[in-house]
Amino acid sequence: MSVELRVQGVTVDFPVYSLGARSLKNRLLHRGGGGNIGRDADDRLCVRALDEVTLVFARDDRVALIGRNGAGKTTLLRVLAGAYEPTRGQVWRQGQTASLLNVSLGIDLEATGYENILMKGLLLGLTPDQIQERTGEIEAFTELGDYLAMPVHTYSAGMRLRLAFAVCTCGNPDILLMDEWFSVGDAAFVKKVRQRLEEFVDRTGILVLASHNLTLLKRICTKGVLLEGGRIKAIGSVEAVVDVYQRESR
Amino acid sequence: MPLWGLLAWQDIRSRYRRSKLGPLWLTLSMGLLVGLLGLLYGTLFKVDLVRYLPFLALGFVVWTLISNLTIEACRVFINAQSIITQMAMPLSVHVYRLVWRSLIIFAHNILIFVIIALALQIWPGWTGLLALPGLALLALNGVWVGLLLGLLSARFRDVPPIVESLMRIGFFVTPVMWMPEFLPQRAVLLELNPFFHCLEVVRAPLLGQSPALTSWLAVVGMTLAGWLATFLMYRRYRRYIAYWV
Repeated sequence: MSVELRVQGVTVDFPVYSLGARSLKNRLLHRGGGGNIGRDADDRLCVRALDEVTLVFARDDRVALIGRNGAGKTTLLRVLAGAYEPTRGQVWRQGQTASLLNVSLGIDLEATGYENILMKGLLLGLTPDQIQERTGEIEAFTELGDYLAMPVHTYSAGMRLRLAFAVCTCGNPDILLMDEWFSVGDAAFVKKVRQRLEEFVDRTGILVLASHNLTLLKRICTKGVLLEGGRIKAIGSVEAVVDVYQRESR
Repeated sequence: MPLWGLLAWQDIRSRYRRSKLGPLWLTLSMGLLVGLLGLLYGTLFKVDLVRYLPFLALGFVVWTLISNLTIEACRVFINAQSIITQMAMPLSVHVYRLVWRSLIIFAHNILIFVIIALALQIWPGWTGLLALPGLALLALNGVWVGLLLGLLSARFRDVPPIVESLMRIGFFVTPVMWMPEFLPQRAVLLELNPFFHCLEVVRAPLLGQSPALTSWLAVVGMTLAGWLATFLMYRRYRRYIAYWV
């Protein structure tokens, strides 16, 4: 099956409702922050988070999304995931998509480890049978043992993250969207996590990873996209784009 | 079972995790309330307890369903914010989850009526089956109410508190504790109260009476009008919800 991820001329305007828009307007129109503030067709105040973004990704693309805070990285990931419908432009997504923008999504503290595996797996688009199949492997990886039968609120923060991480990375998605790389667990666990994560990424067709860790991006990714104020500032090989970014921020 | 069904059961399990009786606690406390209020108001209103207790029990149980559906509808998208902003999942999943959860709680609560009916040896007969289409209509209304109030509340955060206070008023102006025939004539106030009709299509059959035609028409009308309004709103505003929550 072909895997494809494409956005064309995507523009996202965030309407601003809260705060006294009138007085705010004066302050904001003098510019500040990374985004652009303007007005939409109905004369509402809005922030332009993405501006005419066009990108085409194909199988085996490992894309690094680079940019300062507020450059539009997360917004772009949400558009790619299909959560945000852009104000203008179009999105084509072919292939099962795993959106790991928030690793802990769907973790219920009152539920047991096993129940959380099920619920989180369902949210990731797995079927109950598939989850059943992978539970053994998750048990083995997390090393949580009998804890899995206990409510998650009895876990330490590190254990919770380990569980969430194990479930997140048990699938087989065609398209993988990530906001920041996982950093889970104690020193002994780090190696295991790294290995599992890299295997997981190897299995996926397209990876789009937003991060501020440039060394990591250069290691994992092949392509780079630099966003600035919602626009594509540079696109190309990850090394070239990182260079541009570093020159800019100096 | 579809995703929303599993999520709804998970909600129930989580909510009552550390209690032995689980959702039956709710049933128990409502049973106690019905028993005490039944005695008190039965005496105050001077009505026969055999008639008043089942009426009150059903009133409470059905009202709880209606009010749960309406009040929780306001937060249905706000609470699902992390899911909505992360992945492409139909928004209706969150509403179905809410409706299913409310129906599960209803199924627990209806035990109160069953026990009272057994104790007082009342039997609604075949008319009782009419409660099923009544309940189905309430669920259908629950879905559009969830979609519509969920959307409005995501945009205007004043909606949840407004709805909550309206529901509190609704409880007193709707014949939950008092019986419709206490009103001198069937007052206009009653016929214009949508909650009254919603209550009637489930309560009346279980008490062995066929609901008035006006009640059926009112509820069916609400369903149609509500769905139409919701459809129109969604055609225009659905795509904003992810940005609003």
